[in-house]
Amino acid sequence: MENKEAAVSLRNISKSFGSIAANKNVSLDINRGEILSLLGENGSGKTTLMNMLAGIYYPDSGQIFVDGREVRIASPRDAYDCGIGMIHQHFKLVDVLTAAENVVLGLEGPLMLDMPKASAKIREICDRYDFSVHPDKKVYDMSVSEKQTLEIIKVLYRGADILILDEPTAVLTPQETNRLFNVLRQMKADGKSIVIITHKLHEVMAIADRVAVLRKGEYIGEMMVSETNPQEMTNMMVGHTVSLNIERPEPVDPQPRLTVSGLTVVSDEGVLKLDNVSFTAMGGEILGIAGISGSGQKELLESIAGLCPIKEGSIIFTPKDKPARELVGLTPTKIKDAGIAMAFVPEDRLGMGLVGGMGMTGNMMLRSWRLGKGVFVERKKPDELARKLKDELGVVTPDVDYPVRRLSGGNVQKVLVGREIATVPSVLMTAYAVRGLDINTSYTIYNLMTEQKQKGTAVIFVGEDLDVLLELCDRILVLCDGKVTGIVKAGEATKEEVGLMMTHIDSGKEAAE
Amino acid sequence: MTASQTKASNRRKREPLFHLAKRTDINPKRAWMVRGISFLAAIVIGGLIFLIIGNNPFSAYGYIVSGALGKKVAIRQTVKFAIPLLGTALAIAPCFKMRFWNIGAEGQITAGAIGATFFALNYANTMPKPLLLLVMAVGGALCGGIWALIPAVFKAKWGTNETLFTLMMNYIVIGLVKYLQGGPWEGKPGSQIIPDFSQNAVLPKVFGVHCGWIIVLLLVIFIYVYMNYTKHGYEIAVIGDSVNTARYAGMDVALITMRTMFMSGAICGLVGFMVCSGANMTLYHSVADGVGFTAITVAWLAQLNPFAMMAISLLLAILDKGAGDLQTYMKVPTSIADIITGIFLFCMLASEFFINYRIIINHESSGEASK
Repeated sequence: MENKEAAVSLRNISKSFGSIAANKNVSLDINRGEILSLLGENGSGKTTLMNMLAGIYYPDSGQIFVDGREVRIASPRDAYDCGIGMIHQHFKLVDVLTAAENVVLGLEGPLMLDMPKASAKIREICDRYDFSVHPDKKVYDMSVSEKQTLEIIKVLYRGADILILDEPTAVLTPQETNRLFNVLRQMKADGKSIVIITHKLHEVMAIADRVAVLRKGEYIGEMMVSETNPQEMTNMMVGHTVSLNIERPEPVDPQPRLTVSGLTVVSDEGVLKLDNVSFTAMGGEILGIAGISGSGQKELLESIAGLCPIKEGSIIFTPKDKPARELVGLTPTKIKDAGIAMAFVPEDRLGMGLVGGMGMTGNMMLRSWRLGKGVFVERKKPDELARKLKDELGVVTPDVDYPVRRLSGGNVQKVLVGREIATVPSVLMTAYAVRGLDINTSYTIYNLMTEQKQKGTAVIFVGEDLDVLLELCDRILVLCDGKVTGIVKAGEATKEEVGLMMTHIDSGKEAAE
Repeated sequence: MTASQTKASNRRKREPLFHLAKRTDINPKRAWMVRGISFLAAIVIGGLIFLIIGNNPFSAYGYIVSGALGKKVAIRQTVKFAIPLLGTALAIAPCFKMRFWNIGAEGQITAGAIGATFFALNYANTMPKPLLLLVMAVGGALCGGIWALIPAVFKAKWGTNETLFTLMMNYIVIGLVKYLQGGPWEGKPGSQIIPDFSQNAVLPKVFGVHCGWIIVLLLVIFIYVYMNYTKHGYEIAVIGDSVNTARYAGMDVALITMRTMFMSGAICGLVGFMVCSGANMTLYHSVADGVGFTAITVAWLAQLNPFAMMAISLLLAILDKGAGDLQTYMKVPTSIADIITGIFLFCMLASEFFINYRIIINHESSGEASK
C-alpha cells in the first residue's frame, strides 16, 4: 500500500492530550522532491502531527514509514537517523553559543569537538544554498531571520532530507520570506522533501506543490496546488464558507483623541526604542500599526499606558466633551481610569494582562480589584461580568472559574479583549489581538474592533498580518526601528508599499555598511 | 556511518516501554483516592521495613500510634511538635504563592526568638505578665519580619536571588545566637547557656499545652481569609502567576514583594517567640530545629491550603513523636523515625505525581511486528 515515491508515510496516527484528541487516524504521504503544505486552522493538529515525526511526541497509535519501511521515532535523535529535521516555530537555539556550536550541539562524537571541521561543513552548506551565516557569530547577535537560517543549517548538517518548517514566515518580513522561499525551491530541486505548516493561504499558493488539510485533528483531504484556489482551501479548512472580506464602515466624524508628539523612549540598556514618534489617533477610527516585530510597537503602547519611562515627548488625551490633558507623568492606574484600555497579547498569550491560573472571574478582577470594601476583594460584579462576556462572545469554558490557561488561544484572547472593551474605553489599544487565532475567531475580534470604532472609540490596532491591517484599519502607521516611516490610508496603500516602509531603515543601514 | 546504515539501526530500536502524559482532567474525588492509596502504600512499605529489621509491623505501628496519641501527656507532646511546623508552613505559604522562594524561615524563626528573648531577659521584673508576653510577641514578630525584609529589599531593588539570600541569612542569625549564648546573654560563666526565662515570660498553658496552639489555629483562619478574600491575597496570586500581568494591572510588584516577605517573616518570628517562650523557656542556637525546612514540605504537600497544612503537620508530628517512643520500647535504631517519616513523605509526593501524570504502557505486540 506504500507509495513508491513517498519519503514518509503516516498511517492512522492518533494522539491525545488529556481528553483532547489532537490527531485522529491521520494518514498522509510526503513525497520526494516536493513541497507539501500542511494547512489548517489553529488547533487543527498540524504541529502535533509533525512533532511526532520530529520525535518530540510519540503517537498513541498508528505507524510511520520512511522509505517504505516502518520506523519508531521516540526521540529527536531517532528522527535525525531517519533523515527528518524540523524547524520549530520557537527556535531551539542557545543564545550564548556561536552558530557552529549550536549546530554541533547534541551530536554524538569524540569528546573533543573538531570545530574547524564543523565550521568548514557549515560553510559548505551556506555556499550551496547561498546562506550568509558566519559560523562564529553568537546567536544573541543574530536577527530573527538569521536564527531561522541557522535552524535550517542545523538540520541540513545532520543530513536531513525531509525538512519540516512550522509557520516559518510568521517572524519574517516580506523580503525575507521571498528569500526563504527561494531556498526552499532550491532544496526541492535537490530532491529534498519539504513540509510547511501554515495557515496563510497566499503562501500555500506561492510555494507549495501539494496541500493537505487538517481540521480538528482529522485529515480532510489533499490537492495539487495548481488545481485549487484559496476559496476552496478555506472551505476545506473551516468546513463552511467564510467571507474573506472584512467590513470597514467609513469613520463618522473623526475627532483627535490622542495626540502623540516627539515621543522618545530609551530602554534600560540604553537602546533607543522610540525615536521622535508623532501621530494622532482619532475617535471613531482604527489606526493600524505595522512593523516587523520589535520595531517599538510594545514600547509605544506601554508608554501611552504609563508602563514605560518616557525620555521626551508628550501625549495629549482629549476625551469626548472634556478638556484635554497630558498623560505623560501619570501612573498606569490613573491613565486606565481616564479611559485608556490596553489589550496586549504576548507570544505566550497569557503573560501580559491575564492570570493563567485563575478563571475568567479572577481575570475580570484585575481591572477592579482595588474597588472592594476595605481589605477585601469584591467578586460579585467581576463574576457577573465574566458570565456576560462568556455569553456575548461565546467563550468556550466549562465554568467562569475554570483556569484560563487551559482554554484555547482564541478563547483566551476573547477574555482579554472583551475585558478591556467592557470598561467602555475612549482609547482602545490592542496588540496582536488575533495572534495565532483561526479565521473564524479572528473575525469575531475584527468585529469587536469595528463595533468600538463605530461607538466613537479611538482604536489602535497593532497587527502582524499586512492583509488584515490593510482591510481592517482606516489608517496605518508604519514603524521601523523605532521611527515612524509613514502613515498611509489603508484603503489606498498596497501591501508592497507598506512592506517597503517596514524595512526602510534596515535596507538603508545595510547599504551603508 | 552511511545514511542507510543509520536508518537500519533505527529500525531495530525499541519503542519506549512506557511514556508519560500530563493529566488535565482528574476530578477531585479521584485525586483524593490516589492520595488515600499512597497513604496505604506508605504504611505497607513502612511495615516491610519493620519486618526486615525483625519486628512485628502491627505492634510497631501500635507503638507509634499509642506513643503519639495514647496518653494525655503524649498527645500534648505531639501537639507541641505540630505547633511550630504548622505556624511556619502558614508563614511561608504567601511567599510560595507569590513564587518567592523563602527558604529562610529557619532564620526568621531564630530572629524572632532573639527578639522575644531580649524582652524576656531584660523586662521580666518590670512588666506585668500579659504586657510582657505581648511585647515579646511583637518584638519577635518585628525581628522575624525585618530579617525576612532584608532579602526582599535586595530582590526588589537589585534582583538578587532570594533562594540563596534567604538560605544564607539562616546561618548568620544562628551564628548570632551562638555568640549571645557564649557572650552577653550567658547565664553561669562558661556554661554557654542562656538562663531559663522567669515564669513571667512563659506562655500560659491551656489544656496542658502552651497556648501557642490557639494562636496557630487563629493563624490558619487568618491565612485562609488573607489568601482567598483580601486584596493583598489577590495581588500575591497575580504576581505568582505572572509578574508582567501584575505590572499591567498597575500593581507595585516591589512593594508587594517586600510587604509579603515582611509578613511571612513576622509570622515566623511569632513562631520563634512561641517556641522559646512556650516550649523551651529559653533560647539556644537550634531553636528552629529544622522546622523552617520541614515546613516547606508541609506547605507544598498541602498545595498551600491552610486546612490541609493542619492535617499534614499533625501527621508529621505523630510520626515524629510516635517513632521516638518506638525506639525506646522496641529497641530499634534511632534512625527508624527518620526512615518512616521519609517513606511517608516519599509516598505523598509520589501521589502528587500520579495525580498530575498518567503512565501509558506501550503495547509490546506492535513492537514485535516491526522486527
